[in-house]
Amino acid sequence: MADTQEPSNVIEEPFDLIRMSLDERVYVKMLNGRELRGKLFAYDQHLNMVLGDVEETITTVEIDEDTYEELFKSTKRSIQMLFVRGDGVILVSPPTRPGY
Amino acid sequence: HYYITNNLRMLFYSFFKSLVGKDVIVELKNDLSICGTLHSVDQFLNIKLTDISVSDSDKYPHMLSVKNCFIRGSVVRYCHIPAEEVDPALLMDATRKEAQQNKQSTGA
Repeated sequence: MADTQEPSNVIEEPFDLIRMSLDERVYVKMLNGRELRGKLFAYDQHLNMVLGDVEETITTVEIDEDTYEELFKSTKRSIQMLFVRGDGVILVSPPTRPGY
Repeated sequence: HYYITNNLRMLFYSFFKSLVGKDVIVELKNDLSICGTLHSVDQFLNIKLTDISVSDSDKYPHMLSVKNCFIRGSVVRYCHIPAEEVDPALLMDATRKEAQQNKQSTGA
């Protein structure tokens, strides 16, 4: 049986960056104007994830027919524990708001 | 419940297997939300639910007579899971192991 390496703390590839975020709050940008903020508990190479204490924000842009003004609307909801399928994920990052 | 497997790429398959018998809500990419009991899951994360009801009011009445359903994994956006059925520490541990295994197998 091959020796298993100890997980290094050196970040070599993008997945290492995500590994550093386990048990931390992350920001996830998804398709269709959706964003998630939650605690990262699990992920795989497809970026399937399990997040806890999640807040989902859905942002839509409505355009006024006459003035062509852009009106941004967003709705939020909270979910305690969420499995997210990786094919909807655009990016994963530490939260962007300071002190979050 | 055990998430750790010797198989590569089976982390979430094992995760869902540990949730069989529990009530979940599957939210599809077409915005339909289906509440039901998790009956089974496969390696593609296809899901079988029993005793289903459609959430978000019956805006979708064409499912009224359906008791059980098979959902293709690729159409799932989210699964809402009962938090009390999840052990975060175990999950994170299994994730680290799988990430490590994946890294080795691709010779990174």
